Amino acid sequence: MDNLNQLLLGFQIALTWHNVAFMIIGVLLGIVVGVLPGLGGPNGVAILLPLTFGMDPTSAIILLSSIYWGALFGGAITSILFNIPGEAWSVATTFDGYPMAQQGRAGEALTAAFTASFIGALAGVVLITFVAPLVARFALRFGPAEFFGVFFLTFCSFIGMGKENKAKIVASLALGFLLAAVGLDTISGDLRLTFGASELMKGFDFLVVVIGLFGVSEILLTIEEGLHFKGKRAAIDLAVVLRTWAALPRHWATLVRSSVVGMWMGVTPGGAIAASFMGYGLAKRFARDPERFGKGEVAGVLAPETAAHAAGTSALLPMLALGIPGSATAAVLLGGLMIWGLQPGPLLFVEQKEFVWGLIASMYLGNVAGLLIVLATVPVFAAIMRIPFALVAPLILVVCAIGAYTVESSRFDIWLMLVFGVVGYVFKKLDYPLAPLVLALVLGDRAEDAFRQALLGSGGDLSVFFSNGLVSTLMILGLLLLVWGPLSEIGRRLVRRLLPGRVASASP
Amino acid sequence: MIDASPPADERGVSRRLVECLVSLLLLGVAALTLWDSYGRGAGWDGGPENGFFPARVGWILAAAALATLVSALRREESVFVTYGQLRLVARVFVPLALYVLAIAYLGIYLASAAFMAGFMLTLGDFRWWQTALAALLVPLVVFWVFELQFRVPLPKGPLEAALGY
Repeated sequence: MDNLNQLLLGFQIALTWHNVAFMIIGVLLGIVVGVLPGLGGPNGVAILLPLTFGMDPTSAIILLSSIYWGALFGGAITSILFNIPGEAWSVATTFDGYPMAQQGRAGEALTAAFTASFIGALAGVVLITFVAPLVARFALRFGPAEFFGVFFLTFCSFIGMGKENKAKIVASLALGFLLAAVGLDTISGDLRLTFGASELMKGFDFLVVVIGLFGVSEILLTIEEGLHFKGKRAAIDLAVVLRTWAALPRHWATLVRSSVVGMWMGVTPGGAIAASFMGYGLAKRFARDPERFGKGEVAGVLAPETAAHAAGTSALLPMLALGIPGSATAAVLLGGLMIWGLQPGPLLFVEQKEFVWGLIASMYLGNVAGLLIVLATVPVFAAIMRIPFALVAPLILVVCAIGAYTVESSRFDIWLMLVFGVVGYVFKKLDYPLAPLVLALVLGDRAEDAFRQALLGSGGDLSVFFSNGLVSTLMILGLLLLVWGPLSEIGRRLVRRLLPGRVASASP
Repeated sequence: MIDASPPADERGVSRRLVECLVSLLLLGVAALTLWDSYGRGAGWDGGPENGFFPARVGWILAAAALATLVSALRREESVFVTYGQLRLVARVFVPLALYVLAIAYLGIYLASAAFMAGFMLTLGDFRWWQTALAALLVPLVVFWVFELQFRVPLPKGPLEAALGY
């Protein structure tokens, strides 16, 4: 009951005129960000973050998280109408969404996608409302060793659950940690890894890195494709919306399954992409006639969208309750918290009640507003894709350069953005995952501090990480996740050897 | 105009070469880290020294880079980027690098105007007045939003100084 009272308090904060205005602006900007090539969730939030430095933290996070919701909605538009996934987690949406658009059922597909997103996000928010406070209360007892345990678990699950080459995930994580270590060391007061260069003294700001890695590199990748978008036209009228909604109850099992998968995968990091594919796979497996999937089946749009949004929303749960983001965008939002002067972690629920509950209430409202706005404005945003790339690309690049500069008013940062643009381009082409790098860059200092404080407390004895049941469980879970990938790979090979033929046809 | 037709020859930069180069670069980063960390002390002195953590991460990075190097050498050869694609990328990247260079001397407003105009003239097929309008409007809108609305100063050059900013 206490939670509901707090939530009501949150609604009072979120429902003020200027916060609702920020929500609507955020959602609109977010859809633009989601639709345009070269701008995505993390990058869009990173570019706008410097503009919120002077704002009240609650309004700032409402604006930025609304951009996140908008970007999630926007990704579906390009997937369905243009067969171009705006984000990695909307890849699975193209499987059935684009065929539906080709058959002239674009309106139905879009309505289904947006509604599914809304349901998934709602499931995630309900989870946050009721579980996040419990997790935070539990985590108040954590010491440095336990916190390092949670960090360790996070990084291990990235390595264990990631689909990419394990060595590349580890390299990406390690590079993020090293970039985070550059500059002034907060504990000893020494300069590290600067090699005498004064530009490196302040370290690498994650916002600049994100803008380069996700923004500039995306433009370079987009131009490589040659650029001729062939989009399907879409108009959504009320009749289509109502007809699609009337058909939704038939798919309740798919929606519930995808929501649960999404919530689970979102809380464990790196999940939204995997969740969308898992949601799609499960829907196909449980469908009465799986043959129809891939040819324009509504359930094939509903399943991945629900799962991706449930995961994308749930990714904010560990960010709020523990200060550990579950996705790249959540990592950028977490960086925002620190910039606004809030200390992320379980104490947030005690010390910043208004901020936390205002944010949670705004998640409910932001998603309702997002659904209505996106349904009403699809044709406008689909038209954005028809603006010539030669106009959009330099605009985005100018915005990226301004975003990189405004973080610290440093011209050197614009050069860094360019360098990380190239790094992002090469890394993406070589399948080095970028999310672990960003996550390690944001969390690196705090993970290191927790590690060093724990060791200082124990006098350098590594057994502190196995000193009580809680921290041992975290460390052992982390180690298990670390070897999960190789183990399941061995298992799959065994199965393949025992059952040749059958498995070969099932693997993509 | 962008040449939309796929290049006739699909030759390009070798993926194995790029994989190896990236692995070697990462190894270099790891080596620099280890050199720097052990130089300041990566051991134990009444507690972890400040190079302790980076040095451990450095070793992990070195191991991961070696592993990618080995798997890169063992993988089948494929094309990282075709020369045609590389030319397209260069047509975006070179102006972008010049733009960043120009910001240092001209300030962001003049540089942005030149960048927009150059980009639209070389890669698009716009009428001259469309290009001129975009090149004029973008800096003005940016100026209005950042300097006047949000009061965030952006890099300025001699022109802005002459105008009194």
